[in-house]
Amino acid sequence: MNDDLSRLIAALDRAGVTRRSFMGGVAAVGAAAAIGTMLAPDAAQAQTPKKGGVLKLGVGGGETTDALDPALADSPVPFLIGRIWGDTIVNVAPDGSIEPRLAEEFSVNEDGTVWTFKIREGVKFHDGTVMTVDDVVATFKRHSDENAKSGALGIMQGIAGIAADGGNVVFTLTQGNADLPYLVSDYHLIVQPGGGVADPNAAIGTGPYKLTSAEPGVRFAFEKHAEDWDTSRGHFDGVEVLVINDGTARTSALQAGQVHVINRIDPKVARLISQAPGIKVENISGRGHYVFIMHTNTAPFDNKDLRLALKYAINRQEMVDKILDGYGGLGNDIPVNAAYPLFTALPQREYDTAKAAEHYKASGHDGSPIVLLVADTAFPGAVDAAALFQQSAAAAGIPLEIQRVPDDGYWSDVWNVKPFCASYWGGRPVQDQMYSTAYISTADWNDTKYSNPELDALILQARSETDLAVRTDLYAKIGAIIHDDGGVICPMFNDFIDAHSDALAGWSIDPNQELMGGHIASKTWMA
Amino acid sequence: MHPVLILLAQRIALGLLLLWAASVLLFVGTMILPGDVAQSILGQSATPVSLANLREELGLNEPALTRYFSWLGNALQGDLGTALTNGQDIAEAMGKRLGNTLFLAGTAAVISVPLAIGLGLIAVRYKDRWPDRVISSFTLATVSVPEFVLGYVAVYLFSVQFRIFPSLATIYDGMTFGEKLWAISMPTLVLVLVVLGHMMRMTRAAILNVMQSAYIETAELKGLRPFAIIARHAFPNAVAPVVNVVMLNMAYLVVGVVVVEVVFVYPGMGQYLVDHVSKRDVPVVLACGLVFAAVYIGLNLLADVISILSNPRLRHPK
Repeated sequence: MNDDLSRLIAALDRAGVTRRSFMGGVAAVGAAAAIGTMLAPDAAQAQTPKKGGVLKLGVGGGETTDALDPALADSPVPFLIGRIWGDTIVNVAPDGSIEPRLAEEFSVNEDGTVWTFKIREGVKFHDGTVMTVDDVVATFKRHSDENAKSGALGIMQGIAGIAADGGNVVFTLTQGNADLPYLVSDYHLIVQPGGGVADPNAAIGTGPYKLTSAEPGVRFAFEKHAEDWDTSRGHFDGVEVLVINDGTARTSALQAGQVHVINRIDPKVARLISQAPGIKVENISGRGHYVFIMHTNTAPFDNKDLRLALKYAINRQEMVDKILDGYGGLGNDIPVNAAYPLFTALPQREYDTAKAAEHYKASGHDGSPIVLLVADTAFPGAVDAAALFQQSAAAAGIPLEIQRVPDDGYWSDVWNVKPFCASYWGGRPVQDQMYSTAYISTADWNDTKYSNPELDALILQARSETDLAVRTDLYAKIGAIIHDDGGVICPMFNDFIDAHSDALAGWSIDPNQELMGGHIASKTWMA
Repeated sequence: MHPVLILLAQRIALGLLLLWAASVLLFVGTMILPGDVAQSILGQSATPVSLANLREELGLNEPALTRYFSWLGNALQGDLGTALTNGQDIAEAMGKRLGNTLFLAGTAAVISVPLAIGLGLIAVRYKDRWPDRVISSFTLATVSVPEFVLGYVAVYLFSVQFRIFPSLATIYDGMTFGEKLWAISMPTLVLVLVVLGHMMRMTRAAILNVMQSAYIETAELKGLRPFAIIARHAFPNAVAPVVNVVMLNMAYLVVGVVVVEVVFVYPGMGQYLVDHVSKRDVPVVLACGLVFAAVYIGLNLLADVISILSNPRLRHPK
């Protein structure tokens, strides 16, 4: 519990948490210690959840083209929808630990290659059938199949065998991975009847609510699943998700009382909205971060001194203040922060024109403008951030030229193609996944084109290391290499900023994702 | 053959030709967009192998001309294909959106057309006096302000401050007709304000033009009431230009309200089209474009036909 408390205080120090959500979090820690179950924070707040009512969510980030198949979920609305109708076998709890869901418990052999998950019995799907171990196995097999185009395919590729063994599911890995429970908590991996092979879009699961109507890009409606296996969640009679992509329309819908909760508040208006009567803004520092990426195999970025010059030439504090309006944390040119388990902080790199000029001179660059490509879609405020970068670099005598390109086609023609551009990462639940996705030399998304055999070896070694102290040390080494030598300039980590009206009670912090890690419909109730 | 029939046949043939030209333009337009649909569907997760597989699956490796003609052939038989992104039948998905768009446009038209013409008649009756000035300056103001500003001002006043009307215009199956009308009250209000000015001013100008004629003077000398003269004698002769403007505005209500749809989160054609353009879902973009072009050309055709029929010299040839 003391660890949790210090983590909360650290979060407060990072200026990410408002006093109210901090207090809610403290209550959560106290209760979790006292009762030891996940829904206890509610009890600690001296409130019993009230049953009934229809929760209305106004959510940005949904399109007419969205499918219900959880394998294809890649944006906020499909993610949230999946959380409402489905369950994964385990979850990442708000404190970063693993919380059993459809699996009751799990164990691992010594070298981390064989994982056994005991599947809960007597769980019923929305169509009335009882969930079996075979359903779970079929689900994981479907996501391993390339034809399913699952967003979790990358996770499944390290799993050589998935087999049913009595009441257990056994995963055999190609090499040891201490993070497997985190990987199988991925939001794509919702257990479906028969694995969803017959009808991936049926949206039949074991979640607290049944889908009653779906109009992609417009509205999704749910009713309470009366036979829910977890009776401590799902306090509403129904849930309605309205897709509202326009930020202004979202906030006005909340202010007009048409919805109870909205997501994705622009940091520029968050402070104003928090002053509106009857509305609470909830923000939490997550793992998402904004980056400027240099291809370390392309001139002039193949020169370590030039990379360092640019890293010293960016004013991170100014970016957090002006681009995120204070709703975020400082980046330190590595893709992880204190929201990750086993994180070791490095000394913060400061804006230093003298050092930048020194490294720039040492790089022997010819003084021609360095072209930075940027579009609005790179991250909210990307164009403004690039302008700030240009100014701070100019003060160190480094000429940056900003080339603004259209949003359209940015992710296919610029990102991962051009040698210097702006981008963002949503973050991953564990460090291994972040590094394996974008920093190991063989990764498809190695968007800095970084190739360092030492780093590759360290990432692989850390993956199968089960001794936590050794593992923490390995991750510190990995971080230090990327911090000094890598091609990523990370000025800031952005907060998840949601808001709800005071008609809603039971909000708790969860740094895993927006809207309480997506579990808002399970865990809140009408005030 | 009756000359009116010949004229009509000509107009319709011309309309079809225009529609075909629009389909070619649309197809060429989708070809020159940067990026391709496979890349857009897979997004960040694209690998060379999965890209090649998906391109093969979607038939993107065939030459453009082959794809155009097979698409045109199917479209002529009413088969608009399935969306590349989510596999839904386009005709079905789009039909629902088109229905919503027509519902909003229709409601706005039912209110705005009589209102605009009525206000036009009143403005002529009290020309250069205060009713004329109030009507003219008010409609000029609403037509000059961009519709999204009108939308946000309306939301601020009527939804946030006074909580009279809903700020979200989301409509879905299972709502009663009354509930739907209530839901779209705000976008309807904004659209009416946007199109009112143009139609009202055209009505006023066209009637004033006719008011100079000798037969109007005769009617005045007979002692008819001024409003009766305007409504019964002047207006019928001013119908042709008014109909043209009304139809232009109707077309705008159907094809040009994307911004209003976004502000009020209305599930119409505009949002549907924008979503699919950003995903490079070419069949859907083509289908939407074709429907928009058909609506535009169709309404203009209708305006032409009404103008022709309202001209007695064409109706009764010697």
